[in-house]
Amino acid sequence: MTAALTIEALEAGYVRDLPILRQVDLVAERAKLTVIIGPNGAGKSTLIKAVAGLVPVTSGRVLLDGQDIAGIRPDQMGALGLSYVPQTDNIFRHLSVRENLALVLRRVPEKQARMAELFVLFPALAQKRADRAGSLSGGQRQMLAIAMALAPRPRVVLMDEPSAGLSPKIAAEVLALARSLTRQDVTVLLVEQNVKQALGVADHCYILAEGRNQLDGPAAAILADPVVGEIYLGGKRMSAA
Amino acid sequence: MSGVVSYLVFFATMAAILAIVVLGLNLQWGYTGLFNGGVAAFFGAGAYVTMLLGGRPEPGQFGGFLLPFPVAIAGGILFAGLLAWFFGALTLKLRHDYLAIATFGVAVALESVARNAEWLTGGAKGLRGFPRPLEASIADNFLYGLFFLALVLAVLAAVYVGLERLVRSPYGRALRAIREDEEAARSLGKNPVRLRLQSFVIGSMIMGAAGGLYVAFYAFIGPQDLAPILTFQVWAMLIVGGAGNNRGAVLGAFLIWAAWTASGFALATFAPQAMQLYTGPIQYILIGSVIVGMLLWRPQGILPERIGQGRR
Amino acid sequence: MIQNVLDGVLTGAVISLGAIGLTMVMHMLRFANFAYAELLAIGAYAALVFDKVLAALAPVLASAFKPLTLSASLALATLLAMAITGASAVLLDWLIFRRIRAKADALSMVFASFGVALIVRNAITLAFGHDAKLFSKDIAFATVLSTDPLILVKADQVFVLIAALALMAAFHIVLTRTAFGFALRAVAENPNLAQVAGVRLSTMIVSVWLIGGAFSAAAGVFYTLTNHLSPALGHNFLLPVFAATIVGGIGSVYGAVLGGFLVGVASALSLAVLPSGYVPAMPFLIILAVLLLRPHGLFGEDQA
Ligand SMILES: Nc1ncnc2c1ncn2[C@@H]1O[C@H](COP(=O)(O)OP(=O)(O)OP(=O)(O)O)[C@@H](O)[C@H]1O
Ligand SMILES: [Mg+2]
Repeated sequence: MTAALTIEALEAGYVRDLPILRQVDLVAERAKLTVIIGPNGAGKSTLIKAVAGLVPVTSGRVLLDGQDIAGIRPDQMGALGLSYVPQTDNIFRHLSVRENLALVLRRVPEKQARMAELFVLFPALAQKRADRAGSLSGGQRQMLAIAMALAPRPRVVLMDEPSAGLSPKIAAEVLALARSLTRQDVTVLLVEQNVKQALGVADHCYILAEGRNQLDGPAAAILADPVVGEIYLGGKRMSAA
Repeated sequence: MSGVVSYLVFFATMAAILAIVVLGLNLQWGYTGLFNGGVAAFFGAGAYVTMLLGGRPEPGQFGGFLLPFPVAIAGGILFAGLLAWFFGALTLKLRHDYLAIATFGVAVALESVARNAEWLTGGAKGLRGFPRPLEASIADNFLYGLFFLALVLAVLAAVYVGLERLVRSPYGRALRAIREDEEAARSLGKNPVRLRLQSFVIGSMIMGAAGGLYVAFYAFIGPQDLAPILTFQVWAMLIVGGAGNNRGAVLGAFLIWAAWTASGFALATFAPQAMQLYTGPIQYILIGSVIVGMLLWRPQGILPERIGQGRR
Repeated sequence: MIQNVLDGVLTGAVISLGAIGLTMVMHMLRFANFAYAELLAIGAYAALVFDKVLAALAPVLASAFKPLTLSASLALATLLAMAITGASAVLLDWLIFRRIRAKADALSMVFASFGVALIVRNAITLAFGHDAKLFSKDIAFATVLSTDPLILVKADQVFVLIAALALMAAFHIVLTRTAFGFALRAVAENPNLAQVAGVRLSTMIVSVWLIGGAFSAAAGVFYTLTNHLSPALGHNFLLPVFAATIVGGIGSVYGAVLGGFLVGVASALSLAVLPSGYVPAMPFLIILAVLLLRPHGLFGEDQA
């Protein structure tokens, strides 16, 4: 087992002297699906954004295959093999589906072939390739956002609540897709509110609250743990999802 | 000797009138973070209306109602306030720079009205003839100059004290709160749009008052008094003195007006004949450089803001 | 009346070219740039200088393409001026706006742009004088194409309109057919997401200044081809390009183009009812109407 992404003692926040994350540690094993769960405002999105370079890191390290990527500009992450699917506003509504993909494929060799592959992978998008992304359904938008992240063949993909707001059927499809990526040697780090489903497909789970690590372990063990179930996966969490 | 003294009186009167304008701008920009790109318009609005109400009648010319000075200047102040209220209400809900564009537009529009609506504004030649307050009772010119300076200084002091009270009151703290963090202020139950509008209107009325004093001082107003350079000068005065500090605003007004007058005098005296046509542009470049230089190197001005955390 | 519309369309083309860059800059950097219209003046004066230099170096270039007053040297000079003006825009950003952006809020940038406008305009006055300049003295004898004696259409005007439309069409193709165009549109819509998609913001900012500068230079030259040139050019176009930007909605390139033509035609038509002295205020009335009726413009969605 090797770590694809290692987060060490990370401190990060939006405003100076006001850290949201304090001393967060996390390891995402290569070709595994790691899920982060936690209450609203726990700092899950902030953690993902800090890794993606969108939130300034004030101390600690973020290692991508051993290289420290903290402080690197977000637009350089793709070239390093890291992709990120934001929680909201994750597509360009005024661009067509094809233009959205062409944008992220700008620097990818053989872009036409890659675009064709993506359309095979996401047949719903293929039909809508000329439509404005803003006109897509919620599920299709999420597919497009994921397709954009996968387009440059990343080694590590960060996804922030990709199933939020989707019908249960499509949410399950999205999670299955995330799972299938690991079989192609892609490391996935996922934030989820659909805790039970997410734990069903994940290998490892981290629980975050108030910007700190609370607990982590194999997904199956977390799912089975009655105490964890009560504290973190209780009725409140489920209804919030 | 008396020439020098009367010049100093003249200089101080003009500087004090400008200081009143700068205080009005300070309320808007320094304390509330509003960009007024048409200072000249509110000054000019106050000036023209004061002239129309209090001036002497001229054949073929609207206005010249010979109203007593306090009534005339009150009309000018009111008009400046109405103008500010109208454009503020229209733009303060929008992107912050819409106010800048709209006020800049007001200045362009008023200048073209001043130049063209001859029946109302006298057109390019402007309006002249204004019975100055208590002119008849003080015969001596020099004494009258001193009296007028005292009048202007009294108004300046009143505006200064009033604003100091205002900005130190809970109301002033609310203004600064919305300047610093609109969302936080909103969550504390403040209505940012209304507070901004009030601050903008009050500031503009102060500018209008200065315009009224200016008319009484020169007994003349013309379109060139509304030229954009006035806006630039007033801005330079505020940023040099220190935005968010009323003492700084007054200091900046005197300093920049001294520098402006001195540079104009120096250019007129020492520059070669061929250059005389270009003293204006040289002075304008100086004013522009003062603004840009201050923003780059000392944005807090000579006397920085003391209350609150200061501007970001 | 017809004459007014024709003149308005022509001025509108110039305003549109100026507004394309302004709307992008205002949207991306989030400040009203009062120095922007000075780029028109920088461009026109740069073309004037290059034209004289080129014509002196190679006199063959100086003869006009009949029936235009445009010469080969002026055409080349215009291209050079577009490059120089784009570079000046980038330089001003580096020297001044970028530094203020780094430490202060957007309104300080508005403020700085006032100062920059004042400096640029008066530096031009010092360098070239107050008096009006012409690219060519032949302008007074420019070929008139129309047969109706009441309607005046000069060959130069037709050329200006075609050239302006061609520039806009070229930009449309860039925006809709090239990855660079997608990146520009992406940054306009969502700068954070654009970064995530691999777009470097600082590169885009430079690109926008270059494009805006080049288009403004073309606008300045086109205006001067059918009128005359004075240091007030930038100041005179400031309110019109702002009006076009606001009419179209800040951030919308197509809105800016449409807005430019609207402002141009409306100003020209207003001449039919208002004395010419009020024309400078016309764009302001248009801004007012937009603020009253549709504050975010025809195509804009920019909030707060
Ligand atoms: N752009 C921002 N600027 C300042 N503070 C922010 C910003 N975004 C989030 N925060 C704060 O950071 C903290 C963590 O937010 P974050 O979005 O990371 O939570 P989350 O765990 O993703 O919650 P959710 O489940 O609601 O998505 C919250 O207190 C939030 O208020
Ligand atoms: Mg979140």
